[in-house]
Parts: sequence; C-alpha cells; structure tokens
Amino acid sequence: MNNADKPDDHAPGDQLEEEKGHWLRSANIGLGLSIILTAASFGLARSHLLYAPAVPVALIALAIAQMGVHLAFFLHITTGPDNTNNVLALAFGVMVVFLLVLGSIWIMSHLSSTMMPQGAVMQAQMQP
Amino acid sequence: MSGVQFPASHEAADRLRNRPDLRAKDPVPALPGTGQGETGPADKRILVSYGFWIYLLSDIVLFSAFFAAFAVQHGASAGGPRMPQIVDVGRAALETGLLLASSYTCMLSFAATHRKNLLWTQIFLAVTGLLGLAFVLLEAQEFFDLAARGITPQRSGMLTAFFGLVGLHGLHVSLGGLWLGTMMAQVQVKGFTTQIVHRLTCFNLFWHTLDIVWIGIFTIVYLMGGAS
Repeated sequence: MNNADKPDDHAPGDQLEEEKGHWLRSANIGLGLSIILTAASFGLARSHLLYAPAVPVALIALAIAQMGVHLAFFLHITTGPDNTNNVLALAFGVMVVFLLVLGSIWIMSHLSSTMMPQGAVMQAQMQP
Repeated sequence: MSGVQFPASHEAADRLRNRPDLRAKDPVPALPGTGQGETGPADKRILVSYGFWIYLLSDIVLFSAFFAAFAVQHGASAGGPRMPQIVDVGRAALETGLLLASSYTCMLSFAATHRKNLLWTQIFLAVTGLLGLAFVLLEAQEFFDLAARGITPQRSGMLTAFFGLVGLHGLHVSLGGLWLGTMMAQVQVKGFTTQIVHRLTCFNLFWHTLDIVWIGIFTIVYLMGGAS
C-alpha cells in the first residue's frame, strides 16, 4: 500500500511520479508562509504592538514556526515511512541543541551569580 | 490460574499463546525500498539523504555551540559598543530576503532537476548562487563597516561571539557557493545521472539548512540583540 497511490493523501516528502508540480507547489507554499512569518518577526521587533517583555517570546515562537515551515516544505522532513530515521535523528539533534544552549545559559548564569560580588551582579542584570 | 505466581513476562507470553486476538496487529505494511520491515535495504536516494542529514544535524549542533556562546556573552561588552549600536536591522532584513529568495530558487532548480530540464536547473542554480553571493557581500560590507568604526572581534567577549556566529554562517554560505559552482559544472558535463541527482539533493538540503540557521541568527542576534 503506497501513499503515492492516493494523491489526496500524501505528505510533502512522498514522491509522486505522476504529479511533477508537487515540488513547485511545496516551494510556493513554503515561500509564502516564510514571507509571512519573517515579515511578522521584523514587524514585531520594530513596532510597539506587544507588551515589550513579551516580544522576545513572540520572536522565538515565530522563529520556531518558520524553522518548522522550512523543515516541512523545503527539507521535506515528513512522518512518512521513508523519513522515520530522519525524524529520529532530528529529534536527537534537537535534544542535543537544547541541552547545549539551555545548559550553557544556565551554568554560566549560575556561575556568574555565585562568583561575582553582589553589586556586580546587580550591575550585570541592569545592563541589558 | 493456580495459586503459583508466574513472573509477569511468563504470564504475558502465556496470554498471547492462548488469546491470538490480543496479539499486536500486523504493523504498518512495509513499503518496498524504504528499508522498513522486511523489504531489504533502502533505496540509495534515501540512504544518501539520511547520511547527509546526519552531517547537517552535526553542523546544527556546532552552530548551537556558537549560539550558546553568544547567549552567554551578549552582555559582556567590556565597556565597548553594545548590541543595539552594532546591529543594523535594515541590512539584516535585506540579507534575510536574499537568503530566503535563494532557498526558493534552489527549490525551483530541484523541481527542474526532477523534470530532467537541464537549462532551467542551471538557470535557477545560477540565480541561487548570485543571491548567495549578494548575501555574502552584504555581510562582508557589514563587517568592514564595523571594523572601520573600530568594532573588531578582539574588542569584547560579546563581539567575539557575534563575529564568530555570524562569520561561521557566512563561511558556510561561501563554501556552499563554491559547491554550487562545482555542481553546475558537473551537471553540465555529466548530465542527470543518478549520482549527480543525489549530489544535487544533498546540496539542496545544505542550502535550506543554512537558511534555517539564519532564521536563528536574525531572530536572536539582530532582532532580540538589537532591541535589548
């Protein structure tokens, strides 16, 4: 039972031999969504629509959404059977990335708060 | 059951033997050539992309180390210029547009490859390369502008992290451009052999991954860093 037999029911990564406009369509959808998300990111950063402390959270959410769009429509990472290994590797990679980034931030902020005299900590927190 | 307590595994095995309807349903039917189930080794196309995908993930882990360094160092300006003073959001927006457009034309070249259309494959690869070149030149201009203002990597920990992260991405785009030129020559000389199509697939994956990394850079370095 091949998904390619059912044109209505395919994921972006399936190769449909009979339908060659598929790559083009997924590129167009990917480009459209990316433009919307990018414009939203730059617009949000410049305007004062959002409560200021919420802006970084919104920017990160938009970035993750856009990475998802790129993965699905440009890199064609899907849930299809010929992508199982790719998805597992991606999940492991994402785990390593999160451990590395969040771990570094955590350890270094912890270090700086235990190493510095109290006044310097206040100054470092005021700075950004 | 008697009073004797069997180990759980033994009992489970016993239950399966006596109640065939409790057995797991036949798993998802195997697709030929995917390497799933008992259909033999996967298609070369799938294996090649999988291997290259593993490399790309290792590259992303490398970038994440640079992101972590930037996140840790972004306040460490050592009395020198701070992020909002060195970031030009307008140029970052232009660079983002160029890279996104190049990702799109790269995809179009891949679509043309699937239609075995040599001319359009070459045209879209060339456009991809030119957009990538424009991106690298803009980034070089940014670095030279900063250097002219005395803002160099050795000035502070923050600037080391900034130049390291953005420069590493720029280096990747430059090397990708070199690869792109090589691929254009190979396509021209050898045509669409299976091997060449595999290489084009890998190049496509590489170029899109650079775009994904750039999403992180423009969000964290240029938008969030420029605002703080």
